[in-house]
Amino acid sequence: MIGRILGLGLSALLLASPAMAQDKVKVGFIATFSGPGGVLGQHLHDGFMLGIEHSGGKLGGLAVEVIKEDDRLAPDVGLQVAKKLIERDRVDVMAGVIFSNVMMAIYKPVIEAGIPFISSNAGPSPIAGAQCSPLFFSTSWQNDGAHEAMGKHVQDKGYKNVYLMAPNYQAGKDALAGFKRFYQGKVADEVYTTVNQLDYSAEITQLRAAKPDAVYVFYPGGMGINFVKQYGQAGLIKDIPMFSAFTVDSTTLPAQGDAAIGTQITAFWGYDLKNPVNEKFVTDYRKKHNDLPSTYSAQAYDTALLLNAAIKDTGGKVADKKALAEAIKKASFDSVRGGKLKFNNNNIPIQNFYLLETVKGADGKLASSVRSTVLTDHKDAYAKDCPMK
Amino acid sequence: MDPVLLLVQALNGLQLGVMLFLLAAGLTLVFGIMNLVNLAHGSLYMVGAYLMAAFQGWTGSFVAALLLAVPATLLVGVAVELIVLRRLYDRDHLDQVLGTFGLILFFNELVRVIWGPAALFVAMPSALSGTVALLPGAPYPVYRLVIIGAGLLVAAFLSWLVTQTRTGMLIRAGASNPIMVAALGVDIRLLFTLVFGLGAALAGLAGALAAPLLSVESAMGDGVLILTFVVIVIGGIGSIRGAFVAAVLVGIVDTVGRAFLPILLREIFNRQVANAAGPALASMLIYLLMAAILAFRPRGLFGARG
Repeated sequence: MIGRILGLGLSALLLASPAMAQDKVKVGFIATFSGPGGVLGQHLHDGFMLGIEHSGGKLGGLAVEVIKEDDRLAPDVGLQVAKKLIERDRVDVMAGVIFSNVMMAIYKPVIEAGIPFISSNAGPSPIAGAQCSPLFFSTSWQNDGAHEAMGKHVQDKGYKNVYLMAPNYQAGKDALAGFKRFYQGKVADEVYTTVNQLDYSAEITQLRAAKPDAVYVFYPGGMGINFVKQYGQAGLIKDIPMFSAFTVDSTTLPAQGDAAIGTQITAFWGYDLKNPVNEKFVTDYRKKHNDLPSTYSAQAYDTALLLNAAIKDTGGKVADKKALAEAIKKASFDSVRGGKLKFNNNNIPIQNFYLLETVKGADGKLASSVRSTVLTDHKDAYAKDCPMK
Repeated sequence: MDPVLLLVQALNGLQLGVMLFLLAAGLTLVFGIMNLVNLAHGSLYMVGAYLMAAFQGWTGSFVAALLLAVPATLLVGVAVELIVLRRLYDRDHLDQVLGTFGLILFFNELVRVIWGPAALFVAMPSALSGTVALLPGAPYPVYRLVIIGAGLLVAAFLSWLVTQTRTGMLIRAGASNPIMVAALGVDIRLLFTLVFGLGAALAGLAGALAAPLLSVESAMGDGVLILTFVVIVIGGIGSIRGAFVAAVLVGIVDTVGRAFLPILLREIFNRQVANAAGPALASMLIYLLMAAILAFRPRGLFGARG
């Protein structure tokens, strides 16, 4: 009997809590931590935790509990862990998510549960467009951004006959479509390969025979390692320059080796971008992990900084999710990109895209170094379909 | 169609085929002689590649790493046989599938625990990293030619081992009637361990040779395992000769199909349809080949069991 009364009292306390400022914020952090994509989740999580550390180990003055879940790059698993975070852990805010297919599976349930959701990586077009939500934010980009930037760069450099390659799935098709939105020249051929293909000798032989001016590829993760190595081994890099996005980065470079030297990529950020926030981020990340941060870590670092600023603005009242989302929208903080992060009407950042070139540093390690700005204050092509103002 | 291009693509196909043969030879013997469905064969390939990376980091030499990685994978294979697979021989195929699938998960996680989630790099020796002009206008990577050569050497060695030696005689006998071999007083357990070790060493060799071409990462053996099963089914379970013919066949059909099918489709359909259907159809080709062959020869090309 006494236990029951005590239980009632406790639940009354729990029910009453939303009105008061909480002493803790719970963050559900979903990413891919296992399988070949696992290294990306690791970088994402490392960046996020460093962001919290730089905010004094807290977010907006509140103690943080980060509940980390692995989606195993499977949409159904992602949905399962998202439901667990919403229903059992009752998280205040959700963050993370590497892959767009996982994002599409968990987006609706999270938004319908009324929980603010910050994507630290995936930016599929439907969410940037018609399905946008006042609860959803991105500290990364809409998927097409880097491809559009490379399309512009290749166009500006005067290449007239470009060979395009990508894996045969939605993101691959979107990538080449994004590239062609800005590249107006002739397409020598457009080749789609099986997802997770290991050997590209047949395709590289066809590519050589087609004699294009340049090649543009989108091969994320292990596919990029295989393709870049084999392209280098075929001796083509000198004759046919290779441009890419999401194919060469600090997660793949150690495995790609010297074959990647001289290849150019486009991204919203580079480790040597000159601004105080980035310098602090890169220095401390290196100290901690003895490795250069990747775009994944940079994006997730910004996720933590954004949450820190927003929660501070609410005065720690994270229980009011609507107010929290409004605070995220209005939050002002210095991003690793340099300056304040600006959201478009669809809550995707308005940002620059840079050209980066892979070079061997003084320490013998490969890194992609910022060369020039390709797109300034770029807005994605889907924002016009988003009804939000 | 350009004949030089076709020739180079056939060579690419041969190289893939030789790689598949190294994997299929072990798998077909294990399946044929021990009647064991070993899904973990791809894991041994992955272990070979990881050990190659580890030994190369340690010794700094490609050849030394190769010479260490292959026997080390053999030992891993023997350990797996002694600790796990022995208990599965008398079970039915479903139990074996479950058990060896468990091994896949175990090995995928093990390499992540030891070497971390990031892919590893294996350098190829600089003498082999260039290209050589086989025909004017058709440069070909030297390393891939070396793989073809190594694979053919292994095939010749296996052919000698199986047809000319006493061990080979027992292997052939084991493939066609293992119970009779045991009844004749041959230590079948030792033979099993030997065959499994040989298969593991070949898988390790394939992994170690592929390591400079591919990203060495967790689960890298899972995809190639499916192709290997296609090869041994086409070739006939238990037949080394079948494995060789089928591996080269699958390698060439897959490569030439990937290269030319989308182009052929473009002659018939518009570009968009061809681009969408081409890769899908090309990746189906080997399964169509398998279905066609099984329709006429249900035991595969060189099925050992009558």
